[in-house]
Amino acid sequence: MTPRDKSRRRLLLGAGGLGAMLMTGCDRLSSTEWFPKVLRSSEVLSRGAHQLFSSRSSMAQEFTEADLSPTFRSNGTSMPEGEAYQALAKNGFADWQLEVGGLVEKPVKISLTELRAMPRRTQITRHDCVEGWSAIGKWTGVPLSSVLAMVQPRARARYVVFHCADAMGGSLTPEYYYESIDMDDAMHPQTILAYGLNDKDLPIANGAPVRLRVERQLGYKHAKYVMRIELVESFANIAGGRGGYWEDNGYQWYAGI
Amino acid sequence: MAAASITASAPPSYLYYRHTLPVRVMHWTNFIALTILFMSGLHIFNAHAALYWGDSSYSGRPPLLEITTREGANGESIGVTRVFGREFVTTGLLGLSKYPNGEPNQHAFPAWATIPGGYSLSLARDWHFFFAWIFVLNGVAYVLYSLFSRHLARDLAPTGSELRNIGASIVDHVKLKHPSGEEAKRYNVLQKLAYLSVIFVLLPLVILAGWAMSPWLNSIIPGWVDLLGGRQSARTIHFIVAWLLFLFLAVHVFEVIISGFWNHIRSMITGRYKIKTGARHDASR
Repeated sequence: MTPRDKSRRRLLLGAGGLGAMLMTGCDRLSSTEWFPKVLRSSEVLSRGAHQLFSSRSSMAQEFTEADLSPTFRSNGTSMPEGEAYQALAKNGFADWQLEVGGLVEKPVKISLTELRAMPRRTQITRHDCVEGWSAIGKWTGVPLSSVLAMVQPRARARYVVFHCADAMGGSLTPEYYYESIDMDDAMHPQTILAYGLNDKDLPIANGAPVRLRVERQLGYKHAKYVMRIELVESFANIAGGRGGYWEDNGYQWYAGI
Repeated sequence: MAAASITASAPPSYLYYRHTLPVRVMHWTNFIALTILFMSGLHIFNAHAALYWGDSSYSGRPPLLEITTREGANGESIGVTRVFGREFVTTGLLGLSKYPNGEPNQHAFPAWATIPGGYSLSLARDWHFFFAWIFVLNGVAYVLYSLFSRHLARDLAPTGSELRNIGASIVDHVKLKHPSGEEAKRYNVLQKLAYLSVIFVLLPLVILAGWAMSPWLNSIIPGWVDLLGGRQSARTIHFIVAWLLFLFLAVHVFEVIISGFWNHIRSMITGRYKIKTGARHDASR
């Protein structure tokens, strides 16, 4: 073998190896224990970079009535199963009470009427689904910060967890939808517990009686059918431990990207 | 400069150090990152296989592009692609294809074109964002290196006389004629313009349009995404530029193949490019 043949062979092996790694190796890497963790490390980088270049209260873009989507798409659950929810819905959610507890000084239960009587915020914002689509809706609700002011979070509280009425999967032991956000997002002026969509009561398909709006993140963070709010130091012991239903199913907790 | 082993019949030649080590490393890093970004991007597109113009997807206007599966005249499933309202049957490739095990795949792009192959949006996003970081950091390093090492000024910036003779270069490309000898040490003018438009137009644009899809980055300066026509326009731009980059890659690889494949591959791995001192223009390779 001449040196030239050797170098050709090296090159051929190199090029072939590269192609094989890209086309078939990616799936093999995906199924290892360690590689998805390496990939996931970018979540910390992205979140860190986003926080570096934005303020805590940087505002999501707000739109005008002219920009509203003719119908606001319902995605995921459009009608929660379960007798408890059906009974609440039948009664126009008159018996619904939002429980706010966990690491707080004064746990409360708030009815829909009480919630509607609190100072409200209306915002026309764009909802961005992780799948790629966007829709624009007009949301009316109570800033989460007002509710937190009522219950007085303890110093240890780091996350706000939303427990929802929609059972996912439909197996024998239902897994209920849940989500979590940090205190910065919880105190953000555009983070509201919305009970109105496009000047009407929030439809069941979009999360009645109350859904979360957390405008700087993707759709799956905007928990629908909120039943209970819990302030925690860590969400490691809740359900799958990753801070949300979709997070437990592989999605990133940080959904600002 | 090391001389190559020369056989009796070959014209005299020598190896010329054409690509520096940083350029070679960053070239292949970029190649791997962009390939993975493209394939994982097609996977992410599969989650909602339609493109729109404006802020939202639900504006009452139909999508610009849509790839879907529908029932055909005889009740069978067919894959269709609709572009500006015109429908094309694309069964086998787009909208309906087969997984390697023969099972039907109703996603827009076939499994062999996506990372991962089996459907998992969350995993595709993890691949995409990890390699997006590698791609951006590599790109920043490349631009800084190119400025400070004068790679940009020396090798990539076209000279006035090159620009005036661009017609001759176009004719040479059409005739598949490639420079040899001393001329082969430099990039030709079309090559320079192609590289510059990829480095300073397409790649920055694809990054910007990618950032424009992030709701958090939207909030840094509310409304900046309108410069790209809104979030859904940005998504459309991201998709189109990704395919323009693919087109660039196809032409780039074609030119590499017809102008001395192994010589180019060697020069992008070892840095050394063989210059033939005898021949003037070599049209056969």
